[in-house]
Amino acid sequence: MWDKFTGKKRVTSREVAKQRLQLVLIHDRSDISPVMLEALKADLIAVISEHLDIDQEGIEITLSESRGRSRLLATIPILGRRTRR
Amino acid sequence: MPGRVITITSGKGGVGKTTTTANLAVCLALLGQRVVAIDADIGLRNLDVVLGLENRVVYDLVDVVEGRCRLRQALIRDKRLSEMYLLPAAQTRDKTAVNPGQMVEICHQLRPDFDYILIDSPAGIEQGFQNAVAGADEVIIVTTPEVSAVRDADRIIGLVEAGEKGPARLIINRIKPDMVRRGDMLDVSDVLEILRIDLLGIIPEDEHIIVSTNKGTPVAHDIGVPAAQAFRNIARRLRGEEVPFMSLGGSDNLFGRLRRLIAPRSDTH
Ligand SMILES: Nc1ncnc2c1ncn2[C@@H]1O[C@H](COP(=O)(O)OP(=O)(O)OP(=O)(O)O)[C@@H](O)[C@H]1O
Ligand SMILES: [Mg+2]
Repeated sequence: MWDKFTGKKRVTSREVAKQRLQLVLIHDRSDISPVMLEALKADLIAVISEHLDIDQEGIEITLSESRGRSRLLATIPILGRRTRR
Repeated sequence: MPGRVITITSGKGGVGKTTTTANLAVCLALLGQRVVAIDADIGLRNLDVVLGLENRVVYDLVDVVEGRCRLRQALIRDKRLSEMYLLPAAQTRDKTAVNPGQMVEICHQLRPDFDYILIDSPAGIEQGFQNAVAGADEVIIVTTPEVSAVRDADRIIGLVEAGEKGPARLIINRIKPDMVRRGDMLDVSDVLEILRIDLLGIIPEDEHIIVSTNKGTPVAHDIGVPAAQAFRNIARRLRGEEVPFMSLGGSDNLFGRLRRLIAPRSDTH
């Protein structure tokens, strides 16, 4: 309530705990560790770079969960095609 | 009707499994049920002292398994409740002294004579845990509203599901309403949203538990004490009654929110 008047939002330790738990459980449940995700990212970059010119700095790979399923989300910015048909 | 075997487990240690087992045994016995509580924490025997029966232990679980006594001889009758018994753990052995098949057999032998067979599981996910859940019809998972305990509970839920024990139910222990109100503790709805299993009960942090454990008289005997009320409510829910959840600092329309939050864990789509 008070936050509405002051305009600033206090992030409670409860919210921090909840977010951290949600994130760690996504990894636990899928058995995919953050380290493994990094390795996957490197491999993906290698494979995709053979076909496309991609922005390696802009790549984002995240694990998420929806409706009881783990999902791997990859956002890979493409700079342009290297070859044309 | 044969008895129900219910295992109380948690993953993380020290969250209240033994306290819960002792108090649910007392509450169910107070409701006129025939109850036996089994201490499956071999090597770290605790349930006997929490129940105040430590001076009566003659034989233990391992003696039964190794044939040094009959099952009946190892059962210790409670001081106050004539329909409540304890099967103590061995103190000088380790988890490998018993195997899951032997636990199944013990449960099988107890079912005809009792309404409830409660098994106090050790912490962890190794053989002690496997022993404790082997003979279970149902599993109760105890957690506290803390990151590490909830994380471990999630792991246990997965293992119980893989073991096809039917849906486990959750008890959230040691809730501090003041901290929840300040936003400094996960509340019941947070934990349920994260773990997505059915809620069986919530127990407040209560000093009476420590006092009662000091004396060896489970808090459930003390009418009017908050934790005692919480355990009595849980026992009635186990009996199939619908009992409203206590309000422990979470949002006011907790009950309605809980309903919506309890969604199946694994969806196919
Ligand atoms: N709701 C509560 N309020 C206050 N103290 C509590 C509460 N629940 C448990 N305790 C205390 O916490 C301690 C640990 O409880 P308990 O022995 O039941 O945990 P456990 O899960 O069986 O531990 P272990 O994993 O070692 O077997 C005990 O000292 C107990 O008295
Ligand atoms: Mg214990």
